[in-house]
Amino acid sequence: MLVNTPDFDKLALGEILDPIESQPANLLPMLQAIEGRYRYLPKEAMVEVALRLKIPKSRVFAVANFYKALSLTPKGERIFTVCQGTACHLRGAPSLIASLEKALGISLGQCSKDGRNGLESVNCLGACAMAPVVTVDGEVHGAMTAKKVSELI
Amino acid sequence: MRFSTPQDFNQYISSLPPSAARRLWVCGGPGCLAQGAEKLLLALRNEASKTNKDVSCQLLAVPTGCLGLCERGPMVACQPEGYVYEKVKIEDAQEIVVETLISGRPVSRLCQDPKDPTASNHPFYLPQKRLIMRRFGRINPDSFEDYLRTSGYEALLSALSIGPLEVFSRVENSGLRGRGGGGFPAGRKWRACKDAIGAPKYVLANGDEGDPGAFMNRSLMEGDPFSIIEGMTLGAYAVGASMGYIYVRHEYPLSVERLKLAIKTAENFGLLGDDILGTGFNFNLSVIEGGGAFVCGESTALMASIEGREGQPRVKYVRSVERGLWEKPTLLQNVESWANIPLIVQHGSEWFKQIGAPNNPGTKIFSLVGQVKRSGLAEMPLGSIIRTLVEDVGGGPQKGRTLKAVQTGGPSGGCLPTSALDLPLDFDSLPEAGTIMGSGGLIVMDNLSCMVDVARYFTLFLKNESCGKCLPCREGLEVAFNILDDLCCGRGQTGHSDLLVNLAQGIQDSALCGLGQSAANPVLSTIRYFREEYLEHEEGFCRAGRCQGLFLVKIDRDKCNGCGACQPVCPAGAITGREREPRTVKVEKCLGCGACLTACRFRAASTERKVAGV
Ligand SMILES: Cc1cc2nc3c(=O)[nH]c(=O)nc-3n(C[C@H](O)[C@H](O)[C@H](O)COP(=O)(O)O)c2cc1C
Ligand code: FES
Repeated sequence: MLVNTPDFDKLALGEILDPIESQPANLLPMLQAIEGRYRYLPKEAMVEVALRLKIPKSRVFAVANFYKALSLTPKGERIFTVCQGTACHLRGAPSLIASLEKALGISLGQCSKDGRNGLESVNCLGACAMAPVVTVDGEVHGAMTAKKVSELI
Repeated sequence: MRFSTPQDFNQYISSLPPSAARRLWVCGGPGCLAQGAEKLLLALRNEASKTNKDVSCQLLAVPTGCLGLCERGPMVACQPEGYVYEKVKIEDAQEIVVETLISGRPVSRLCQDPKDPTASNHPFYLPQKRLIMRRFGRINPDSFEDYLRTSGYEALLSALSIGPLEVFSRVENSGLRGRGGGGFPAGRKWRACKDAIGAPKYVLANGDEGDPGAFMNRSLMEGDPFSIIEGMTLGAYAVGASMGYIYVRHEYPLSVERLKLAIKTAENFGLLGDDILGTGFNFNLSVIEGGGAFVCGESTALMASIEGREGQPRVKYVRSVERGLWEKPTLLQNVESWANIPLIVQHGSEWFKQIGAPNNPGTKIFSLVGQVKRSGLAEMPLGSIIRTLVEDVGGGPQKGRTLKAVQTGGPSGGCLPTSALDLPLDFDSLPEAGTIMGSGGLIVMDNLSCMVDVARYFTLFLKNESCGKCLPCREGLEVAFNILDDLCCGRGQTGHSDLLVNLAQGIQDSALCGLGQSAANPVLSTIRYFREEYLEHEEGFCRAGRCQGLFLVKIDRDKCNGCGACQPVCPAGAITGREREPRTVKVEKCLGCGACLTACRFRAASTERKVAGV
């Protein structure tokens, strides 16, 4: 599903894309730059990328859909990410996910209706020694328990 | 400053002023950063700036690579004395500056063993041999000068005088095997790429580190980025490549930042780019940030991703050393493999072969995590015994638990039982036992880990990461996952285990790429060594107490000392008993979540089968 955003700003898009050379190999870097700015890929931005690179829109979509770092729907303002890496799994990540789902009222991979909170998972943050790990907007919190998670909210 | 001859560069190195007499290092490894290392660093800097100017030593508290003992962070080390402090708090900053930085005395209360402030006899460090990690904790990874002061770029300088052919033969004779998983002899790939026809040639570094529960590549990229760059430069020189890319995992923004900075620095000094040190050798290097897909660690998928396409593997009827990136000859190695190259070129292949085991020379960095006392990174000679790593370095299982299995090789690896603990860690012994070395992840599991759940976990991971191109992997893993899920959720049936074995072998035999071919390992290895647990799940019992509702909890009145740790964690309020008296579980209330099993440190709480009808 592609989403149109009312506040999409084409000028800003130029600022993001202009420094990147328009060649097909730069498709992923361009999409990453857009994701970095808008936290997802607005439809107009993907169309613009296809135009710049002179490639079919379907290819942009295929790549956008393939990589986990790219999102086709807007993400929450505040994102909770639970590590589901092996070390975190063994030390209780599944129950952390359950308690976050309950507390936020959304399930994993969703964003709350008001757009405030999002709940995601990652396959390892490379901080395994502190498992289980939860990040809030990128800030890492280690040795989490259900209780500490509720304090984060 | 751009050096135009090797002599200029050499002279610059020998005229470098020595580093400060005494330096404090705050560990900048992922574990310590997450435990507040950055704030601690600021506090130390702040304290140091308050000291009188006539103090002779300078403070160079700079974030550095991983010191290894991640669980006890943030860690601080002092050079040259080598004191190691752990669990350092901001309040300790003043004392550290006054005592250690100014007077050179250890702050004993921050040392794990006050009698051994340098931790050199600590069982965590004793069995290790730190070659690739030799600079960790000794240099500022962003500092080019620090790299040079620790023999950095000596290998490149000697390479330029001995010539590309000699560099190649040193690497070939060293017997180095790829550190990214397969253990493929590097020399064979180098020779094929060197002899391949086509230009330009590419060298690539695989820093995708997709294995969950492993962080050795991350620490290397963040702890010693120049060593990877120097290694790749040597590789390009030997095989005649002029372009290179380092493909870094999306989740590692700091690695990207450090590598980019290091590349820029090397370019500024004329060690990357055109006409390196005036020798006519051109090598341009850049960093590519991955898109967050496990399969992109696979060589052909990685190249597709660099070309700007979806990272889907292809059948390797043409080897990528001959036709890889943009159909040109391409040499791909893991970042740790690359970091070995400067050492080999500098010290020679004979030196390298003396380390490690026959046919498995050198060291390997392991990331030791899971249910062990000490998690962290350990660099061991290849051929070290698994037990040494788990029991000595890692300190064995946590209190009140027993060791059950060791998982190696990431999601495509396998689980070994405790009877295999005396196996050597090398590229040949592990496959015989049904697992692989992989990139060095080693995950310890104890009696509270359910092996069926572990197999389900990895199968789910691989199912989600399957790129979907070939049927056995796409559909087969889905079915395997469903069966495993049935087993873990009480829907198990007689015969499920045999069905899984058949299915897994089918996937193994017919999948297209390494992901699918090895995806059966978690299932096959757990059934091979822990079949009993599978059979119990078929009957609806989970002895580990992991699978909800598949067990009852009993508390042994003789072992329970009444500490009460289990009571508050029980979400159902099923545990009763008075202060300092053995507790009991009310079977009617118990949800079977297992929280009390985790909380009990005295082995008093254990599982038992549900009786029919309950
Ligand atoms: C599914 C899959 C994932 C892989 N992931 C990685 C990885 O994360 N890092 C890595 O270095 N090699 C990975 N590999 C191995 C690479 O394909 C390749 O063999 C390796 O990077 C070559 O370098 P080496 O010989 O130095 O090990 C993966 C292979 C497969 C099949
Ligand atoms: S497994 Fe969670 S950080 Fe590695």
